[in-house]
Amino acid sequence: MIVRILGEGQLRVDDAAASELNELDAKLEATVERGDEPGFKPALEELLSRVRAIGRPVEPGALEPSELILPGEGATMTDVRKLLSGDGLIPG
Amino acid sequence: MSVMKRVSMMFRAKANKALDRMEDPRETLDYSYQTQLELLQKVRRGVADVATSRKRVELQINQLQQSSDKLDRQARDALAVGREDLARDALTRKAGVQGQLSDLNTQYTSLQGEEEKLTGASQRLQAKVDAFRTKKETIKATYTAAEAQTRINEAFTGISEEMGDVGLAIQRAEDKTAQMQARAGAIDELMASGALDDMVGGPHDDIQAELDRMGASHDVDAELARLKGELAQGAAPREIEGGEHADGASAAGGPEAVSDGQPTQASPADQPQAGDGA
Repeated sequence: MIVRILGEGQLRVDDAAASELNELDAKLEATVERGDEPGFKPALEELLSRVRAIGRPVEPGALEPSELILPGEGATMTDVRKLLSGDGLIPG
Repeated sequence: MSVMKRVSMMFRAKANKALDRMEDPRETLDYSYQTQLELLQKVRRGVADVATSRKRVELQINQLQQSSDKLDRQARDALAVGREDLARDALTRKAGVQGQLSDLNTQYTSLQGEEEKLTGASQRLQAKVDAFRTKKETIKATYTAAEAQTRINEAFTGISEEMGDVGLAIQRAEDKTAQMQARAGAIDELMASGALDDMVGGPHDDIQAELDRMGASHDVDAELARLKGELAQGAAPREIEGGEHADGASAAGGPEAVSDGQPTQASPADQPQAGDGA
């Protein structure tokens, strides 16, 4: 499957890694639900670095949508909330 | 539902909404391609803006570094002439400049990061836009409505995700650049107002002026001391010179003294000697 890290591009990740990533994503999700800003950053970092470690960059000319999209490095909880609300997100 | 899936769905929902607006799939292709080209322009402008802002910060960092170095030299000069109060003043100002410098350096690094990200985004988008153009022409050439719709949806969803990502990157870079511009403007104003300029040097540099005054009076003192020394030593050189003259006179006047004493005997012997010398 293809995973996008916002601001970095797409990575191809083995389907077998899905459950591992889902676990990390659940931890991240929990911090957002709790409004746990201090816990959010390390949870995001952990998820991002795992995806980077197991993923291979998708060829630049590929036009495939990503199955999963991750907030970029340095994103705040507010950024994520904005992403989820979809306000003025995609130009065109 | 997970954060990753929800974000992905938001992107797809946006793409689908845009697709639904189009009646003819081919229209979708052309319209989307136009939007892609516009976004490419925008991201390139974004890269240029961030670079301009970064260069401005770079310039200010250099200026502040120079004033910090200068204040440091002035503190040393002041200490060397025993003016601890001036040295303290210079070092206090230096600490202020250093504070500004460290803030600017942090901002500079973050701006550099933004520039790199935006450059990467621009390159990725370019590759995808190129791919989209090729695909667009292929789809148009082999156009059958049903088949085209599916392929167009795929290509469109793929590129619109990239466009959304790039759009976000541009927004972020614009925010950072605006913050940076505001900050750079504030420092420019500080420099223009003289608050920093006084430290940087030029006509209003009071520490340097004081040091210069001290340097000048030091020079005057040194000159005075030299003159006094010359005057005090004045007698001794003349004595030496007088001695030399006395020696020379006795050597030159020898014949005369001798001629005075023994005129007739000495002159015949002296005359041939003088002639030999000439």
